Amino acid sequence: MYLRKMLICVIVLFFCLSCGKKKDTAFYDDPGTPSYGDTIITASIGEPSNLIPMLSSDSPSHEVASYIYNGLVKYDRNLNVIGDLAESWEISKDNLSFTFHLKRNVTWHDGTPFTAHDVMYTYKVTIDPKTPTAYSGDFLLVKKAEVLDDFTFKVTYEKPFAPALMSWGIAVLPRHLLEGKDITASPLRRAPIGTGPFIFKEWTGGDRLILMANPRYFEGRPYISRYMMRIIPDSATTFLELKQNGIDMAGLTPMQTLRQTDFPKFKREFNKFKYLSFTYVYLGYNLRHQFFKDKRVRQAISYGINKQEIIDGILLGEGVEATGPFKPDMWAYNGNVKKYAYDKEKALALLAEAGFRKGTDGILYKNGTPFEFTVLVNQGNDVRIKCAELIQRRLSEIGIRVKIRVIEWAALINEFIDKRNFEAVMLGWSISQDPDPFDIWHSSKQGKKELNFIGFENKEADDLLVKARHTLDRAERKGYLFRFQEIVAEEQPLTFLFVPYANIAIQKRFKGIDPGPAGLMYNFIKWYVPENQRRYKANAALSP
Amino acid sequence: MPHYLLKRLLFMIPMLFGITLISFVVIHLTPGEPGVLEAEMNPKVTKEVRERIRAYYGLDKPLHVQYYLWLKRVVKLDFGTSFAPDRRPVIDKIKERLPITITINLFSMVLIFIIGIPIGIYCARYKDSLADKFLTAFVFAGYAAPTFWLALLLMMFFGVYLEMLPISGIKSFDFTDLNPFEKVWDITKHLILPVSISAFGGLAGVSRYMKNSLLEVLRQEYITTARAKGIPESIILRKHALRNALLPVITILGLSVPGLIGGSVIFESIFSIPGMGQLFYMSVMARDYPTIMGILVIGAFLTLLGNLLADIMYAFADPRIRIG
Repeated sequence: MYLRKMLICVIVLFFCLSCGKKKDTAFYDDPGTPSYGDTIITASIGEPSNLIPMLSSDSPSHEVASYIYNGLVKYDRNLNVIGDLAESWEISKDNLSFTFHLKRNVTWHDGTPFTAHDVMYTYKVTIDPKTPTAYSGDFLLVKKAEVLDDFTFKVTYEKPFAPALMSWGIAVLPRHLLEGKDITASPLRRAPIGTGPFIFKEWTGGDRLILMANPRYFEGRPYISRYMMRIIPDSATTFLELKQNGIDMAGLTPMQTLRQTDFPKFKREFNKFKYLSFTYVYLGYNLRHQFFKDKRVRQAISYGINKQEIIDGILLGEGVEATGPFKPDMWAYNGNVKKYAYDKEKALALLAEAGFRKGTDGILYKNGTPFEFTVLVNQGNDVRIKCAELIQRRLSEIGIRVKIRVIEWAALINEFIDKRNFEAVMLGWSISQDPDPFDIWHSSKQGKKELNFIGFENKEADDLLVKARHTLDRAERKGYLFRFQEIVAEEQPLTFLFVPYANIAIQKRFKGIDPGPAGLMYNFIKWYVPENQRRYKANAALSP
Repeated sequence: MPHYLLKRLLFMIPMLFGITLISFVVIHLTPGEPGVLEAEMNPKVTKEVRERIRAYYGLDKPLHVQYYLWLKRVVKLDFGTSFAPDRRPVIDKIKERLPITITINLFSMVLIFIIGIPIGIYCARYKDSLADKFLTAFVFAGYAAPTFWLALLLMMFFGVYLEMLPISGIKSFDFTDLNPFEKVWDITKHLILPVSISAFGGLAGVSRYMKNSLLEVLRQEYITTARAKGIPESIILRKHALRNALLPVITILGLSVPGLIGGSVIFESIFSIPGMGQLFYMSVMARDYPTIMGILVIGAFLTLLGNLLADIMYAFADPRIRIG
């Protein structure tokens, strides 16, 4: 009896607690005016490892560091290079040297003025063989770096190098705190000091990391006063936290975007944004394989795969067809290349031309060998595994037997890709914002651990890649890259599948968000919360 | 007794040595290497850079040399520096995370014993009754249900639908602005779900153990004697049977250490609790060998210590063990 009463009490209590929090649906519709205040809470699957960005290669570290440090240059909304710490720059007539004129009113978070010596230090420490950094590649091509005066910095290259300018977007480090010390043991790893819009406040290991707005930021103080990154290692938990308003911003999967967030309470609280992510997913062939050597076979497979079906069925429409190694909203993208719309007849015709005959079991044979191959996919990536399954089915219709093997990421790379021990792989490449496909596509890049693991070799493409790399004039460079994309589309060393959309949910009180080709965060300091919609009291401005 | 203790202690040394050797080999056999793992397939990472990083971590040396170097340091209780880019001493990383893991495990252990023992007694007393069957089903459901699944369901129910409990973490957003009483309440609220879930999984072991050992005792002749003397059943149970039946349960205390440490890995990741389990998970993902080895050694040490304590307590409580 007593127990039952207790139970009833508890249930009534639950109901009381669960209702009563009703908010007006139009509450967040008022765009208001920009004001300083509030906090944004984001979540990260992994914990940042090191806040000196050149010592780490994980994305959480780089995300946090991007709010704390600046480079000399950066990208704007449309991926044009603009000055960050550099006011302006000149390129010499022979295209070999860059002279950066630095901004004069910039100070480090500790009050020390920023000068060209900081840039020099950053360059030197990056190329120092004792520094364990993954980012020295571009800087090793520099022939000479010099400080002309406190606010002028000049670098000279051996030969013109197109990605050179953007390589100076690397975070500039404070010389006065690091010079002469072991950078790998510096306290700045966990308490960074930069020039950027946010100042580091605290970091509780495995739990949270807090930044405060920099009131003296040279581009103006950010409207949002406080940035908090919570470390939540489980993506399902992240999504629950988002639904409970525990975090303000999180990436969504297509399923979450279209189905699981489609209810009034979520719509009342969150806006969803999307932009084309900097990746494409592909089916890559080992070009040393006896069947895949033949261009017609690769083209036939591309015809035999229904890309639209993959986008509609697996991404639920949240993606666009990929035709080459760039995404459609980049200047380097050539949309006018050979495309492979789903066409079974064409596929069969090409395969017949390549010498394949259908056997009694419905499988294609060439000289007695059945056409079958294994696609390797990395574990945990459901989208790719499902893609492989759709491809398996489509190709079985034209008489190709596909097997799918799912392997853990590190094993896939080390045991199969690096040893060239594969027939086909389903992987994705990230697209760099500065279009330089050299490392992935040049025939010289086939060594151990190098990225042209499919073994693509094409004289003309090699030539174009080198030219594009060493041309600073964008129109000319674009010409080379356009032709390169035509070759790749014709050759189909990979079947380009799709470029997915990145979907982000952001709490509705944040205004001023404008997704573009560069993504969302490029104008983060201009995001604001109108005063009447503020949720968290940030402890005013941090006095530096 | 001292002789027995000494034997046990000496035996721990080769055991610990064996554990480290096997762990070291297994961890190094998994594909992927620290530092470069995230940079895998990154066009900006050249071959030279890769070699440089490998040399920096000492991974270019043969495996047995690496193990020897590692062992030489560990003997001096130096766990080395983490391979994660933060390059912090492993011991610092573990020290800052160990307390929360131990706290949660202690709470859940207490909970397991407070709930598990009465369930076991009840089930033994009313063997084969409907309530016994129901309780058995209940504890086995807890044992069988995957932690992560149960955790997500409860998070959704208490967090999203009822908005009663926080979903993850151990501190609220505005923790630093709270007064001490609110701080305690805040942490308590955050710990309710993780502690109950980790306890739920452990109930089966303790309650079954308790039930069987009590049933065993109740069959003894001295219980029959007590009954024949006309002592009320409740007193027989409490005074005569329970004391003896509790003996084997002591051992579970020591033996449940590895299970709890293993469980921490899962629920700390789901609830994003900054404990040792989460650290272990992240280190494995990043192939941070020194941290992995550090945690394994400490885990192994705690397990052996737990076993030793259980043996000692048991020997202390039961003369038959001591003498034999």
